[in-house]
Amino acid sequence: MSIDLKTIKHISKLSRISVDEKKAEKLAGDLNSIFDFIEKLNELKTDNVEPLTSVAETTLKLRPDEVKSKNIREQIVKNSPQDNEDYFVVPKVIE
Amino acid sequence: MSDITKQSLTELVENIKDKKLSSTDVTKAFIERSEKSKELNAYITDDFTSALEKAKKFDQKPNLDLKLPGVPMAVKDLFCTKDIKTTAGSKILNNFVPTYESTVTDNIWKEGAILLGKLNCDEFAMGSSNETSFFGNVQNPIDKNLVPGGSSGGSASAVAGQLTPITIGTDTGGSIRQPASFTGTVGLKPTYGSCSRYGIVAFASSLDQAGPMAQTVKDCALLQEIISSYDPKDSTSIDFKRNQYSKELTNNIKGKKIGIPKEYRVDGMPKEIEDLWQKGIQYVKDCGAETIDISLPHTNYALPAYYIVAPAEASSNLARYDGVKYGFRAKGENLIDMYEKTRSEGFGAEVQRRIMIGTYVLSSGYYDAYYLKAQRVRKLIKNDFDEAYKKVDAILTPSTPSSAFKIGEKTNDPVSMYLNDIFTVPVNLAGLPGISIPAGHDSKGYPLGLQIIGKAFDEQNILNIAYAMEEKIDFKNNITDWWIK
Repeated sequence: MSIDLKTIKHISKLSRISVDEKKAEKLAGDLNSIFDFIEKLNELKTDNVEPLTSVAETTLKLRPDEVKSKNIREQIVKNSPQDNEDYFVVPKVIE
Repeated sequence: MSDITKQSLTELVENIKDKKLSSTDVTKAFIERSEKSKELNAYITDDFTSALEKAKKFDQKPNLDLKLPGVPMAVKDLFCTKDIKTTAGSKILNNFVPTYESTVTDNIWKEGAILLGKLNCDEFAMGSSNETSFFGNVQNPIDKNLVPGGSSGGSASAVAGQLTPITIGTDTGGSIRQPASFTGTVGLKPTYGSCSRYGIVAFASSLDQAGPMAQTVKDCALLQEIISSYDPKDSTSIDFKRNQYSKELTNNIKGKKIGIPKEYRVDGMPKEIEDLWQKGIQYVKDCGAETIDISLPHTNYALPAYYIVAPAEASSNLARYDGVKYGFRAKGENLIDMYEKTRSEGFGAEVQRRIMIGTYVLSSGYYDAYYLKAQRVRKLIKNDFDEAYKKVDAILTPSTPSSAFKIGEKTNDPVSMYLNDIFTVPVNLAGLPGISIPAGHDSKGYPLGLQIIGKAFDEQNILNIAYAMEEKIDFKNNITDWWIK
């Protein structure tokens, strides 16, 4: 299997990470060598194996739906790169 | 006492309780040594001024019933600490100051410990050499220009270099045990669900666990009993009866059955590692335990499965870094451009690589072939361990396939870097506890570690085995303080 530049561009778009040509070529090389290594899994027949989704063999606990954090608006916006009162500010979306 | 920083945590606690040392004495000693050790680059952020104030305050009204009375401690910069910058080794969190505390660190402060600062690590804990950190390489106290391992590289370097009496790291595929092995220290990765993940910057949620890193097994046991707790704030935290690991610690392991898995004898493994393993087998026999040859047939598939599962979870966890709610933001023409530039400039190369792998294996048309396949293989790996534990109480393996390597030696070849974790990754995939203890040196004088893997929730047993072996091995770390001028 080979991951081409077109695929790299597609994944870059999905993951919202911009890549230029040079970076895309480097990534394609790296990803191909990693996927060559991963292909080893195809040696195994696993059709009848249940996928393991969690090693913690417990059921999720239920809890009452109560408000525990009150008046933390300031804390929530405290680390934002740009905010205005209680809002996060982002570049203009609608012209 | 001039040799304060040479003492183990257990000794420091005793000396403080016996009023032979004050918290201020101890805190000052570790701060002074940390100040002289800048070349190691173990710290990202220090909190020395406030640590000294806290120590003085503690001494005015000391509560000596606590388990860590006035003991200073630095922690990996992956644990959120209230009002103290928490970066995860990344540019994207370079200015992030949490408004809350992780459960694990909260447990530590409640027992009287004092924060010294935040320790360097690979970016988002993704790496095996601490070379992916935005804040630069960490030096291994063993030798100049040697990596300390990773991702908890700053933590390992700080414990081995005696900048902190003990520390905590996190382990997703070996990030506690591999650096412990590279620096001649002890590192425990607890059972998945033992320590709360609340307030730890997430990497791969089904694999991440916090754990102690120390000079001795007993210190490790003491910290483990403090950090392990049931926490409703982590939905995968498990409510089980936790031991008083340090109090219940014993070197009596007579009659224990220890498995030796033949699949851990990998191609190209240096003879020194094989010899170390044989020595380890002899040590456990000398302690009265019995060794049994076992098979974990899917061992070779653990690393490829891990490099699907971990990046997949990471790509989803790291979607939150978008330049809107916290962290670094790059300027963009519009919203999408801002997202893309923020993530491209804010994440380093290894993190971007893993997000890309994860996005690819979860993308439409590939999910079954990769992610689901890896989850099925993960089941096979867990089944291997379940089968083995019908016959044995614990498993003994080398911790790593080599000793520490030079800075820059493996940065151009991601797969060779990933192979560092070949013996540690299966343990995370199966959710089991594992401990690495220093067991010898290679021909260069670099430390080598052995790993003991336990049944789920059986930390006491592997701590006991490690404790008994530690006594027989009588390991001495060759640290010359080369970085102190």
